[in-house]
Amino acid sequence: MRMRTVEISVGAFVLAGALSLVFLAVKVSGVSLGQSSSSYVLIARFDDVSGLRARSKVSLAGVTIGRVAAIEVDMAYGEAVVRLEIDGEPGQLTLDTGAQILTEGILGARYVNLLPGADEDTLGDGDYIEDTQGALILENLVGDLITRLGAS
Amino acid sequence: MDLLRTLGDRTLERLSGLGRASIMWGHAVWGLPTLRELPLVIRQIYNFGVLSIVIIILSGFSIGAVISLQFYTQLSRFGAEDAVGLGLALVLLRELGPVMTGLLFAGRAGSAVTAEIGLMKTTEQLSSMEMMGVDPLRRIVTPRLWAGVISMPLLAAMFNVVAIYGGLIVAVQWLGGDEGGYWSGMQENVEIWNDLGKGVVKTVIFALLVTWIAVFQGYDTDPTPEGIGLATTRTVVTSSVMILAVDFILTLSMYGEF
Amino acid sequence: MSERAADVTVEDNLIEIRDLVFKRGDRLIFDGLSMTVPKGRVTALMGPSGCGKTTLLRIVGGQLKPDSGTVLVRGEDVGKLKRADLLELRKDIGMLFQSSALFTDLSVFENVAFPIREHTRLPEDTIRDLVLMKLNAVGLRGARDLMPGQLSGGMSRRVALARAIALDPCLLMYDEPFTGQDPIAMGVVVTLIKRLNSALEATSLLVSHDVHETAGISDKIYIIDDGKVVAGGQSQDLETHESARVRQFFTGSPDGPVPFHYPADKLEYDFLGDVGL
Repeated sequence: MRMRTVEISVGAFVLAGALSLVFLAVKVSGVSLGQSSSSYVLIARFDDVSGLRARSKVSLAGVTIGRVAAIEVDMAYGEAVVRLEIDGEPGQLTLDTGAQILTEGILGARYVNLLPGADEDTLGDGDYIEDTQGALILENLVGDLITRLGAS
Repeated sequence: MDLLRTLGDRTLERLSGLGRASIMWGHAVWGLPTLRELPLVIRQIYNFGVLSIVIIILSGFSIGAVISLQFYTQLSRFGAEDAVGLGLALVLLRELGPVMTGLLFAGRAGSAVTAEIGLMKTTEQLSSMEMMGVDPLRRIVTPRLWAGVISMPLLAAMFNVVAIYGGLIVAVQWLGGDEGGYWSGMQENVEIWNDLGKGVVKTVIFALLVTWIAVFQGYDTDPTPEGIGLATTRTVVTSSVMILAVDFILTLSMYGEF
Repeated sequence: MSERAADVTVEDNLIEIRDLVFKRGDRLIFDGLSMTVPKGRVTALMGPSGCGKTTLLRIVGGQLKPDSGTVLVRGEDVGKLKRADLLELRKDIGMLFQSSALFTDLSVFENVAFPIREHTRLPEDTIRDLVLMKLNAVGLRGARDLMPGQLSGGMSRRVALARAIALDPCLLMYDEPFTGQDPIAMGVVVTLIKRLNSALEATSLLVSHDVHETAGISDKIYIIDDGKVVAGGQSQDLETHESARVRQFFTGSPDGPVPFHYPADKLEYDFLGDVGL
């Protein structure tokens, strides 16, 4: 009888521990379970993506609609190639949709913001976003400002 | 000259201690528990894990709450309250979860193991096992080692979950932060392998370390009541220092690239 | 000595110890000790506290290695056996420890079942029958479900005895079986040792400093002192031994060759020292 309570409580302990691990994976690390089926990929080229990372969010009008799947570099053009994973089915975003890299707050994380367009055609799976604007680098802005002040 | 000799003697003594401990370690790791020994492992998971839950939950909650409070007050000066969840999650998963669980584990389970084995030695239970032709290492050490390796990551996971909720209560309910930002900040930036996975690796290493030290100290006890007391203290001190030192090395090698 | 004449061939001695030397640190515990334990008899080893009696049992069981000399058990040199052979040999040795050494986390039944479970693959009901038989032999069949913490000192020693005989060993070793027992429990242990030895056709080696009880059940007694055997024979021979030291030990007189006082300066120095100087 004593052994039985031990076994039951150990079983409960292991279960609770395993659930905690799952919780950490899903709720904290944001691993999605079986949602990958309904999403498609858009590709955008930026001249500078500093601060953007895989799993950063992609938003439209302030609403998260996907995340950054991967960031690669194109050595030939000196550009960053960012693959965006957008939730849902293709056929919603217009062909002239723009993408810019913004910052949450002053010191917050970088994310990709999509700007809605007006074209009749829409982007399909694997299409490129043409109109892009890279990350604003604080140091560069400050540097520009100083040179301009010096010139005038 | 005398000083030199004492120094040499001390070094040799340390070396032989390390040697004995390593041999024991080898024997124990070699012995994967068989199905017949499963009840022994379950019994030890009960001692290590189930009996540590209360202390883990209490300390997890308070640590999560305290860190969240500090992060929130500092980060709100830059308007970055949403980073509280992220900062807390990273600190917990990478460092505090494994380290704190390791320290609590050493104090709660490690000392108990040393005292238990020390007592078994004092009352000749280990000798009598040997005289029955049963290897006490297999019987005593192996189940505890495996129970430690199984319990520690689970305890650390519970610690982290409770701490994250403790942080949530302080940052959101009490200080009025945004709950969505708390969670989404984590989900966007915490990586499953780099943060959660490496943290779990740390807990496994700490579990091996603490169990090893605890079992060895118990096994190597001077078989007297004072001997057991000393050995228990040594277990807690040695494992705590070792956890902190090893954590430093692990952090450097895991996250040192940047 | 009389035992020289009675000295017999290896086959009749279960244990033969020749010129055993054993050191613990710098302290010499045994310095050329030789003795034999004849098969089927109860042999006792006596001597003052701290003379290494328990150590000798551990050497015979192979837990400690002698520095030189040979210890033959069943003709095998224990000090040179490989680990596996040693474990094999120990299955044939039952040992009763001074502190009983029952496993505190197992019930009485499981304690006695422990060596059987570890060394055999018998079905559960056979194990049950065996364990109950052994417990019955020590009169504790009814205590099978108790935990060691609930037993009195005498009872736990009997359980330990049941456990020691669980695998029907050919050699039984008893480490101070009479110490710390009330007179009734002591009487029970004495009877049990005698009865078990004949029932199992085993050989017993017994270490004790309780002269009276030991003399009552032993066929042969060795007295060791200063790492050597100083006398050996039957108890009647020892009471009238030529050595005053042996006689003092046997009669238990407080002063004699083993002095009552720890070596010290003369009484006068301690009490009148500063006056005198």
